[in-house]
Amino acid sequence: MNWAITKNLQAIQVHDIPRLPLNTFREQLLKACKQGKRLVQFFGDAETDGIVLYTVLADDEHSYLYVASTHLKDRREYPSFTNYLPAFHLFEREIFEQFSITPVGHPWLKPVRKGIAEISKAEIPYPFFSMDGEEVHEVGVGPIHAGIIEPGHFRFACVGEEVHHLEIQLGFQHRGIEKLFLEHQDKQQHLLGLAESIAGDTVIGHSGTYARAVEALSGITVSRRAMIIRTIALELERIGIHLGDLSALATDVAYLTGSAVFGALRTSIINTTLALCGSRFGRGLMTPGGVNFDISEEIQGNIRTIIDDIENRIELAAEVMFASSSVLSRFEKTGVVSFETAQQIGMVGPAARASGLALDVRSDHPFGGYIHFPVHKMTLTSGDVFARAYIRYIEIMQSIRIIREQLAHLPKGELKKELHKLKPHLFVISMAEGWRGEIVHTVITDKDGRLKRYKIKDPSFHNWFGLALAVRGNGISDFPVCNKSFNLSYCGFDL
Amino acid sequence: MIAVQFLIILIVPFLFIGLINRTKAVWAGRRGAPLLQPFYDFFKLLRKGEVISKTTTFIFRLSPSLQLAAVFLAALILPLPGGDSLLHFPADFVLFAYALGLARFFMIIAALDTGSSFEGMGASREVTFATIVEPAFFILLGSLVLISGQNSFESIFASIDSSDGFSILVKILCTVSLFIMLLVEGSRVPVDDPNTHLELTMIHEVMALDYSGPDLAFIQYASALKMVLIGTLLANIIIPYSLGAALSLTLYLALLAVIAITIGFIESWMARLRMSHVPQFIFLMTALSLAAFVVVLFFMYGGF
Repeated sequence: MNWAITKNLQAIQVHDIPRLPLNTFREQLLKACKQGKRLVQFFGDAETDGIVLYTVLADDEHSYLYVASTHLKDRREYPSFTNYLPAFHLFEREIFEQFSITPVGHPWLKPVRKGIAEISKAEIPYPFFSMDGEEVHEVGVGPIHAGIIEPGHFRFACVGEEVHHLEIQLGFQHRGIEKLFLEHQDKQQHLLGLAESIAGDTVIGHSGTYARAVEALSGITVSRRAMIIRTIALELERIGIHLGDLSALATDVAYLTGSAVFGALRTSIINTTLALCGSRFGRGLMTPGGVNFDISEEIQGNIRTIIDDIENRIELAAEVMFASSSVLSRFEKTGVVSFETAQQIGMVGPAARASGLALDVRSDHPFGGYIHFPVHKMTLTSGDVFARAYIRYIEIMQSIRIIREQLAHLPKGELKKELHKLKPHLFVISMAEGWRGEIVHTVITDKDGRLKRYKIKDPSFHNWFGLALAVRGNGISDFPVCNKSFNLSYCGFDL
Repeated sequence: MIAVQFLIILIVPFLFIGLINRTKAVWAGRRGAPLLQPFYDFFKLLRKGEVISKTTTFIFRLSPSLQLAAVFLAALILPLPGGDSLLHFPADFVLFAYALGLARFFMIIAALDTGSSFEGMGASREVTFATIVEPAFFILLGSLVLISGQNSFESIFASIDSSDGFSILVKILCTVSLFIMLLVEGSRVPVDDPNTHLELTMIHEVMALDYSGPDLAFIQYASALKMVLIGTLLANIIIPYSLGAALSLTLYLALLAVIAITIGFIESWMARLRMSHVPQFIFLMTALSLAAFVVVLFFMYGGF
């Protein structure tokens, strides 16, 4: 296999990526995936003489990324990979939607984001999977929901109370972020704002991934101090959201104690981020070349006090909640995703780790502060709501240890460096482990060093399908708690 | 005197719900809404306008008033501890049970009338659980009738005022059984979650989703009143008949407060049951009622 070999954040020349004939590309791709390489990214890029398809595969054990491409020229179709590798399913639909390239033989060819009207000018209704039968009924939920939730449509096909199939239709928040990145590339501040709003709950995750990508493209390295501040912010974000999720999970099963306690703890964490950068969600902290805010002695003390204080309280609250038989009876064996399923559909993040899939970018493809402080990967095996809740708890405890470790080694150094002009003809993959899982920004520059393609993958992209499979065979009244245990982003998916 | 009693029964539901909510708030570390908040909400809703779905028929509009009327009817039949009821006649408890049944019937057909899939699911759940609760309730009433040899609420309660071992056993069984019924009929945790916004998990709340204004006020009030009625039934069994009006009334209000606080604690400490496990919980009520019945039969009609 003569694919280009690179690493996370290591920019390579675009011409070093082999352009394989479609058949060779297909054979090598299928073979590599059979041999255990993991699909990270599969996307198209428009060139003057046709569409080029890029694939990024990961060898997680050795921290390598393999890249290859194929030039479709005037072809408008290629044989679908989905039947062999289900993880391709959404990528192929995305390419179909963005470039009208048909994956022949795709079993589930529907729009991803833009809705049916954008693809077929004929006004046909969205082709939901439907079921017939005496006791079969369909329940449609959304896109407008009760409570403060993003829009998305859920179509349940139920037999009595049991969910037989769930189809999730998204795209209501499609803003065209990938295009906006190219259109506004001359305004750096604008791009930062864009990256921060890819998913409102992953501000640090996405803005950091963006910043590291452009740093790699312009060939600068940020100071150790800035790196560590970024790491601490990312871990604070992880703790904050995980605590909020534990609270929400408790709310969904009407367990008031957990809901109140975890909710209160979350506030003290996001207020720490507020003290650091003036925004509870970390807006304005990251910038290409470094960070905008310093962790002063005072804030250091602040963070230490808070994490020491909440560590014990979280432990106590989690001990009580995870020992409560009524809570366990709701969490255990609900919404199970098996290891095989998680692997096949390419799930990532805590949801994958709860099913026993040991994936963590912090450890597999280390970036920033994690290069110097390795992170231990943690997995559970049951793949149910309990596992997805409990893994959040142990990750919170791990993040607290990481923050403590990083604070103890905060070196002196400049906060930000001037960003150079981006170098031409580069290809970089910037990966990060946000609280929800693997965030991937793949960036290609053109001959003038301008952004040519900005491809974003939020962890929700893979995991929504995991949710759809998780609820099969469960009671429809267990859907909310399954949904909350994944807590996926609508706008991160819709882009 | 009777009119005063009836007035008390009408006012207590507001405080009952207020106290449950206050207990939960205090437990969660909040200050909580005023105890009389449900009372203020009721009158706020009465002053509001209504939005009525165009797909509904007259049944939808009629239902809330009928529900309230049916629960009022049930309230007329039930005496306060140590007191008389406004309406009593042989086998009046059958009317009591079916007045509550009638309220439920109208709630359900109004929910179906909206044509919403959520409300249909709620209605189906409500019917399923009601079919288990109702027989259990009648078994419980049967044991009370047998043990007292009377056939109307007022005379039953007047004559079960004995403290021998077996009456106490029967009373305990009936009390626990009625408390479970209170949780089921009141749509409280662990059966239902009155605070949730998740339509897919609701039972009672989902059937009220399309209501607003005075109709919503009626439904909320009827449901609170229904809880208080079951609480009153429970109080009648526990509180001895011959204590005198003032003492009985004090004990009665205290007991309702204890029930409200207990419910508040259950809702703070317990997650709700998985929907498919709810019938098992209601069968516990059936089992307790049956046990009471068997104990009564055993002691009244001979040994082994």
